[in-house]
Amino acid sequence: MRMNKHLPSALETSSRRQFVRSVIYGGLAFYGMPAFARASKPPLGHVVIVGAGFAGLTAAKYLREWSLGNIKVTIVEPNPQFISCPQSNLVLGGSRTLDDLSFSYALARKQHNLQWIKDAVTAVDIANKQVTLSRGSLRYDRLVLAPGVDFDYSRIPGMPAPIADIPHAWKAGKQTLQLRQQLESMPDGGVFVMTIPAGPYRCPPGPYERACQVAHYFKQYKPGSKVIILDANADITSKKGLFLQSFQGAYQGIIEYHNNSGILQLDTASKTIKTDFETVKADVLNVIPPQLAGKVAQTAGLANVDQRWCEVDFTTYASNVNSDVHIIGDSISAGLPKSAHMATSQAKICAAAIVDIQSGIPPNPLPVFANTCYSFVDDKQAMHVANVYRYDPAKKSMVSAEGGGVSTKATDQEGDYAQAWVQNIWADTLT
Amino acid sequence: MKRLHLSIALACSVTWIMPLSLYAQDNDAQNISHAITTLAASCAACHGPQGNSLGGTPTLAALNKDYFIQRMQGFKNGSISSTVMHHHAKGLKDEEITALANYFALQQRHTPTVAPHQSFQGAQ
Repeated sequence: MRMNKHLPSALETSSRRQFVRSVIYGGLAFYGMPAFARASKPPLGHVVIVGAGFAGLTAAKYLREWSLGNIKVTIVEPNPQFISCPQSNLVLGGSRTLDDLSFSYALARKQHNLQWIKDAVTAVDIANKQVTLSRGSLRYDRLVLAPGVDFDYSRIPGMPAPIADIPHAWKAGKQTLQLRQQLESMPDGGVFVMTIPAGPYRCPPGPYERACQVAHYFKQYKPGSKVIILDANADITSKKGLFLQSFQGAYQGIIEYHNNSGILQLDTASKTIKTDFETVKADVLNVIPPQLAGKVAQTAGLANVDQRWCEVDFTTYASNVNSDVHIIGDSISAGLPKSAHMATSQAKICAAAIVDIQSGIPPNPLPVFANTCYSFVDDKQAMHVANVYRYDPAKKSMVSAEGGGVSTKATDQEGDYAQAWVQNIWADTLT
Repeated sequence: MKRLHLSIALACSVTWIMPLSLYAQDNDAQNISHAITTLAASCAACHGPQGNSLGGTPTLAALNKDYFIQRMQGFKNGSISSTVMHHHAKGLKDEEITALANYFALQQRHTPTVAPHQSFQGAQ
């Protein structure tokens, strides 16, 4: 038997799986294969990925790496560059610029030999395994949807559609800069009001971090100003004790936190909000809208939980509506925080599962992964929440393992760790 | 499925064998499972691709296996104090810590590539 030099020495112990993989590859790579296959068919099929954020781009990279290039990957992404949501609140606080958070896709494309289509998906034809783009269409063997979140303005009384001077700034980009400029233009003594939607929403601690960042800016440059948080939730949804340390400590007299304060009525002209308890007028208003799965997942009929989120199998991230379509990142229904680290961890489990499925072998039935999330309370100090999650087959969900938890307080050291985190996750995703 | 059958049929007539995925290459030879490959990959957010950190957190690639286990077990049982790592170590099984030690010891150490910054173009 003629053996390739890469063949593992432990072939006999590494089982049928190796054999199946080898014969499939051998069958298509050998010169005896039919001409049509040699010309066009990637050995392990074609995966189309919709969305090149943390989830989609990570899935693309690891699909290529772990299939040793035997899966062809095409990414469909309308945006020209990658903008990091993590640390975008620091642009509001003044310690980061948007340029710091902006990246080219070029290196990842080249490094992993990704097919790239700068376009948006307008429809998914699940029966025929085809996506429609604004220009043309694409066939797939497996589809990965990583569209992030969409905003639901229909749930905001008085603001049924976006309003130009009331930014959400909940996807990093132009609106982040707009909100920063509004804060800069606001006179000292002004009121910044931020509304938080009922969960689940992208980045659970994000709104509270934002409040701290704005307060950090006010404290230095506009000490007579206030931050009012109107939270539709019953309580602070993440790192509660830690954020309270800041609200009641460094930012006492600046930040006011009001729970159970969903919007009853919003007057966009006067930027006035009525809640169950009060009426608040803003000088700068930041409405973080209620959220749901990205549009492409909704239109494909895959948002089967409250017509908002997508139910998936956590061993493969295949949709429970159609198993040829995988969904990763913020669009899924899960008891998991919608974070960048979570999106990349899900993407890796999904990529490994697709390599296995396309190789004809069963995916890992018990995935385990980690999540670490940092929040900055000023320009230097940060705090974390960190957990290991493992799949529980009885509950059919990812369950937080014993021993996870949060910092005792925000520190400079954790601020340094948070900077290391962001450099490393950017490198992992974008190179 | 049809393609799979075709492939197997074709393959039966040939003897050339190549690995089809990374797991099938070096990792299977070292008894590293998919489960550990994906678990280890989730460490990248803080410790860099394949454990090659850009700085500020320890590089895990090519780290001595015994040292890795000693540190992680110390974080797990509380004998070594940590800022963040005890929250991960306590959630991992002993056999996972050992398997992660094996995995990272096998990774090649190199200087990781920095993500390619580009000024904001204003389109989004």
